[in-house]
Amino acid sequence: MKNDRAPISFTVNGAPVSVSAAPMRRLSSVLRDELGLTGTKVGCDAGDCGACTVMLDGEPVCACLLPMASVEGAAVRTVEGLGGDGLSALQASLLAHGAAQCGICTPGILVAATALLERNASPGEAAVQEALGGVLCRCTGYRKIVAAVMEAHQHIPGRVPDFSLPPAGHAVGASPVRLDGVAKVTGAEKFGGDSFPADALSVLVVRSPHHRSAFSFGDLEAYVADNAGVVAVFTAADIPGINCFGVIPPFADQPALAEGETRFRGEAIALVACESWAARELDLARFPVQWRELPAVMEPAAAQATGAALIHSSRPGNLLVQGVVEHGDAKTALANAAVVVSGSFETSYVEHAYIEPEAGYAFVNDGVLTIVACTQAPHMDRDDTARILGLAPDKVHIVPTATGGGFGSKIDVSLQPLIGLVALKTGRPAALAYTRTESMASTTKRHPASMQATIGTDADGMIRGMIFAGDFNTGAYASFGPTVANRVPVHASGPYATPNYRANARAIHTNGPVSGAFRGFGVPQATLMQETLYDELADRLDIDRLQFRLQNALRNGSETVTGQRLETGVGIIDCLAALEPHWRRALAEAEAFNVSQVGVRRGVGIASCWYGCGNTSLPNPSTIKLGITPDGKVALHQGAVDIGQGSNTVIAQIAADALGLPLGDFVLRGADTSITPDAGKTSASRQTYVSGKAAEKATRTLREKVLRYANVSAEASLQLLPGGLLLVHEGGERRRIDLALLKPDGDGLVFAAEESYDPPTTPLDAKGQGKPYAVYGYGAQIAELEVDMALGTVRLVKITAAHDVGRAINPLLAEGQIEGGIAQGIGMALMEEYIPGRTENLHDYLIPTIGDVPPIETILVEVPDPEGPFGAKGLGEHVLIPTAPAILNAIRHATGVLVTKVPATPSRILAAIQEARR
Amino acid sequence: MTRYAKPKTLEEALALLSEGSWRIVAGATDFYPALGSRPLQQDVIDINGIAALRGVAETDSHFIIAARTNWTELLRTPLPPAFDALKQAAREIGSIQIQNVASVAGNICNASPAADGVPALQVLDAEVELRSRRATRIVPLDQFILGNRKTILREDEMVTAVRVPKAATAGNSAFYKLGARRYLVISIAMAAARVILDGEGRIATAAVAVGSCSAVAQRLHRLERDLAGQPPEFIERIVGSVTFDELAPIDDVRGSAAYRRAAAREIVTRALVQAAGASDRRAAA
Repeated sequence: MKNDRAPISFTVNGAPVSVSAAPMRRLSSVLRDELGLTGTKVGCDAGDCGACTVMLDGEPVCACLLPMASVEGAAVRTVEGLGGDGLSALQASLLAHGAAQCGICTPGILVAATALLERNASPGEAAVQEALGGVLCRCTGYRKIVAAVMEAHQHIPGRVPDFSLPPAGHAVGASPVRLDGVAKVTGAEKFGGDSFPADALSVLVVRSPHHRSAFSFGDLEAYVADNAGVVAVFTAADIPGINCFGVIPPFADQPALAEGETRFRGEAIALVACESWAARELDLARFPVQWRELPAVMEPAAAQATGAALIHSSRPGNLLVQGVVEHGDAKTALANAAVVVSGSFETSYVEHAYIEPEAGYAFVNDGVLTIVACTQAPHMDRDDTARILGLAPDKVHIVPTATGGGFGSKIDVSLQPLIGLVALKTGRPAALAYTRTESMASTTKRHPASMQATIGTDADGMIRGMIFAGDFNTGAYASFGPTVANRVPVHASGPYATPNYRANARAIHTNGPVSGAFRGFGVPQATLMQETLYDELADRLDIDRLQFRLQNALRNGSETVTGQRLETGVGIIDCLAALEPHWRRALAEAEAFNVSQVGVRRGVGIASCWYGCGNTSLPNPSTIKLGITPDGKVALHQGAVDIGQGSNTVIAQIAADALGLPLGDFVLRGADTSITPDAGKTSASRQTYVSGKAAEKATRTLREKVLRYANVSAEASLQLLPGGLLLVHEGGERRRIDLALLKPDGDGLVFAAEESYDPPTTPLDAKGQGKPYAVYGYGAQIAELEVDMALGTVRLVKITAAHDVGRAINPLLAEGQIEGGIAQGIGMALMEEYIPGRTENLHDYLIPTIGDVPPIETILVEVPDPEGPFGAKGLGEHVLIPTAPAILNAIRHATGVLVTKVPATPSRILAAIQEARR
Repeated sequence: MTRYAKPKTLEEALALLSEGSWRIVAGATDFYPALGSRPLQQDVIDINGIAALRGVAETDSHFIIAARTNWTELLRTPLPPAFDALKQAAREIGSIQIQNVASVAGNICNASPAADGVPALQVLDAEVELRSRRATRIVPLDQFILGNRKTILREDEMVTAVRVPKAATAGNSAFYKLGARRYLVISIAMAAARVILDGEGRIATAAVAVGSCSAVAQRLHRLERDLAGQPPEFIERIVGSVTFDELAPIDDVRGSAAYRRAAAREIVTRALVQAAGASDRRAAA
C-alpha cells in the first residue's frame, strides 16, 4: 500500500511494456523519462495546453494528468505510433499545409485529431475545432491546422509522401515543405527538454515569492547533508565570473542569481543540484531561506513619484531610457490644425506563452562547457554565459535544440548560466526544464504601456502633426527596455506622412516582471494609440476610414518622422489598396447585418503597420557560411535560429537560387556556435532580410569561386551529381569537376564562402533624426466582428490581412507567420493580461484557442526593396501589429465606444458600453 | 513515504477511510494542477479500481451517477431532456481530454465557485450520496458545498454517487457558459435553467442556478417563484424585475463584480428562454 514503485504493464503503440513506477507518477513523465518517448510534450503539467495528449484506449487524454496506476492494462498511443513506417495521412497533411511551425504542439494536435479522424474521416470545421479545443498552439493561428485535418483524407497514409523540392532557379517564390518539417510531425524533433543525459543532475531553482524581498540563507551545508540525493546547492557566491547579464551589454544589470535582495517575483536566488530521482521527492518549500518582503513599486507612475525607492541606484527616477523623435514643429502644427483629436491608451503585461518552457542541459568536456538548450540567440547565450561563469567565450559551446516557440523571450538567457554553473562546479551533466509557472514568472514579458497622443489634420484630412508620449513598464531589469524606448518613437506615427512630430517613450523600472522583446518591441502598443485616434479623425472629418489612411500613407519619396527619405519599396498604399474591395464588402455586410439583428452589432475595423527590420540604428550583422562537400552537396552553415518561423527553409531557398542549384542539393548545418558563424539573434524581423542577404552574398561569392575554378563566365550553370561530381555547363560546353579529388577545408568543404551583411543605417541624433533602418515592411488588416451588446463578448468573423513582404521567398511560410501573428494580436486585443502572482499558468492566463481565431484571408503584396535578398523584407513582427487596433476599431464601429485598455475583456467592453449610455 | 491504495471494492475503500486521512482521487484533473511540481505529501486513495462506482443507473425514483462516471460517459448516456443543461455543461468542462477522465462527482467535491457542473446539477435538484463505514447520508447538493473549496465531506466519508430525483427530470433545460475565450476556459459566469411548461404553454415550474457569481453556485428561488404561471414571453421582463440577492460576485481577473451582476441577468434570461423553447428575439452570443 506504500506509494512505492510497482511494476505497471501496458502497451505503447501496440508494444507491451512494463515499467516500475510510483502509482501516482504522471504518465507523461514515464513516457518521456523512462521510455524515451519524448514526442509527448509537457507544456503545463496541468491539462491547460494539451501538448501531452495521448490516446488511452482510443480516447484522448492529457498524459500529465494521468496516474500511472490508471495505465495498467491499457493501450496507450503516442505521436510516435501514428505513422508506422511512413507518415500517416494526417502527418503528411500537416506538413503539406505548413501547419507545424515550431512543432511543440504538433504531437498533441496530431493525437487529438487522429482520435477524431478515426471516428470521422472527413470532419467539418466545427468538428475539428471541438476535437482540438484542448490543444493550444502559439505559432500557427490554427487555421492551417484546421485545413490540414479537414483535408487529411486526401493524403495517402503509410509512406513518406513525395514532397518534391523546386528545381534549380525556382526555389524563391515556391512553397516547398519546410526542410526541417518531417521530424516535427513524427515526434522525432528534439526540443530543449528532449535529450537529457540519463546521468544528468536535475537542477531546481529557488525563486523569490515576493515582488521585492531581502533574503538570507540558513545552513546550506546541513540542507545538502540532510536531503538524500541532493548533491550541492549554489548561490550567487558561487558564481565565478561577473554575476550580471543583459541583451544590451551597456545596460546589463540582471544577476543570474540574486545577491541579498530580489527585485521581482520569480527571480532566482539559489540552485539545488540533485539526482533526478531525488528531484521528484524534493519540496523546495523546505529550502533554508528566510525572506523579508520589502515594499515594491509595481506601476511606472509610482516608480516616477518623488522619493520612490530606486530599483537600480544608478538610474535616477527609475528611468532606464527615454527615446525621443522630433521632426518639424508639432506643437504649432497642432495649434493650427483644422481637426485635432486626443486620447490615451493602456496595455497590459503580455506573456509569450510559447508551449515549450525553457529547457536544456549542460556538460563539460575537455574544458569546454557545452549547453544544449532552446534559444533564439546562440551567440549571445555564449557570450553572456561565458561572462557569468568566468570563461572565455570559446570555452562555451551553444548547441541550440529545436525551439518550441520564442517570440522574443528566448533571446535573453534564462537557464543557460544556471545549468552551466552546476555542470562546471560538479563536473556532471546538469539538466533543467522550467515548470510552466517558473517560465511565466521568471522570463520576460511585453511592456505594459500607458500612452497619450494628439493628432491633427488640415481641413482636407491631411495629417499635420502628432504628439505622442508613452511610459513603458520595463520591470525590474533592462533586457530590451532600451530597444522599446528607442523603437517606439520612430514608429508611433504609423506608416503615414507626419510632417510635424514629437514622440517620446520612457522605459521605467518597477518591481514587475522584466519586460523585454516580444514581437514588435513596443510598436504594437503604440499602434493601438495611433490607429484608434485615426478612426476618430476620419469620423470627425467624415472621410472613409480606409481612404483617410490611404491619403496619408507614406509613398516612395516620402520622408519619415526621422527625416529618412524612403526612395523606393514603400508598400503601404499597395496594402491598403488591396484591402479596398474587402473593406467595401465588409462594411456593406455589417450594415445589412445590423439592420436585421437586435442585441448583436457587427463592426468593421482597419489598421496599418510599418516596421523597420533589424536593430534600430545599431550594428546588426549576420554572417553565413556555405560550401560544397566532396560528396556533392551544398552544406549551408545556417546560424539563423529557426524557432518555427522557417529560416532553415527560407535561407536555403535564397541560397539555392543565388547559387543556381536545386534546393534538394542543400544540407543544413547548425545552428551551433562551433560550426555556424554568428547570424545574429532571431528577432526584429531580421532573419529573412539580414541573414538572407548574407546568405545571398556568401552564395554569390561561392558561385564566383566555382566559376573561376572552372574558368567559365557568369552565364554558366551548375549541376551536382551523386558521387561527388560537379558539372559546369556553358553554351554547349560541359566541364566536369570531380569534387572528391579536391582538398576539403576544416569544415569539410571543397569550395567555401563566408560573407557578412550589416544593414546600412545611421545613428539617430539628439532629436531622433537619421536612418534607423535600411528596410521597412508594411501591412494593413481588416477585422470583422460581432459584439454581444448585453454581454460585451466579441465573436470574430474574419480577418483580412495584406502585407508587403517585398518578395515572398516562401508564400506558405509567410502566410503561416501572418496567421500566427494575427492570433497573438487577437490575444492581446481581447484576453491576454499577465498579472504577476495571479496568472502564472495557462488557465488564468488565456491565449486564443482554436475556436478564437476566425477565417483569415491573406494577401501577399510584393513591393520589392532593392536592399533585401530578392527584394524581400521582414515580416515576423509586422503581422501582429495591426490586429489589435483593427479589432478595437471594429468594436468601436459596432458599439460606438472605444475601449481604451487592452485586453478588451467582456467586462471592459460592457463597462464602456454602459458608460456611453449614461 | 506517503501511502497509496487502490481498493477494488467500496467496502475496502470505506474501511481505509475509517482509519486515516486520505485524499480521494478519481479523474485527478484537479488533483495534479493543485499539486504542481511539489512532491506528493498526502496519502491517496485511488478509487479507479472500484468497478461498481462507474456509470449512470436508473432506479424507480432516481438517476444515479456513480462517483467515477466521467463527463464523456455522461454525455454518451441517453437521458431525458432535463439533463440537457448538464450535458451542455459536460461539453464545456475543460477540454475533451479532461472530460474523458474527470468525474462528475469530482467536480462537486472540488467545490470551485466556477465548477461548470454545479448549476446544471442544482436545477436537477441533485443530491449527493455520502458513505462511510458507519452510515450513508444523502444530502441536497446545495447543502453539500459549503463554500469555496469547502464541502461537508467528513474524513471518513466519500461521495459514492450524485443522485437526480426523477421528480426533477421533467421539462427542458439549458446551460449558458460565459468565458473570455471559446474553449478550455474558466467561466466568468454560467447559468442553468430547467423549465416545465403547463398545458397552456405557461411556465409551470422553473429552476434556475447561477455559478461563478458567489462562493457557491446559487439557485435563484425568488426568480423561480416569480416565473411560475407566467408565459415564456415574459421571461426577460421578469428576470429584469428581480434583484439577484442570492449572488455575491467579486472582482477578479476574469471580470468585475458589476459585470458579473449584469451578465448573470443576461445569461439567466438566455438559459430560461432556451429551456422554455421560446424564441429569443436577440441572437445568442
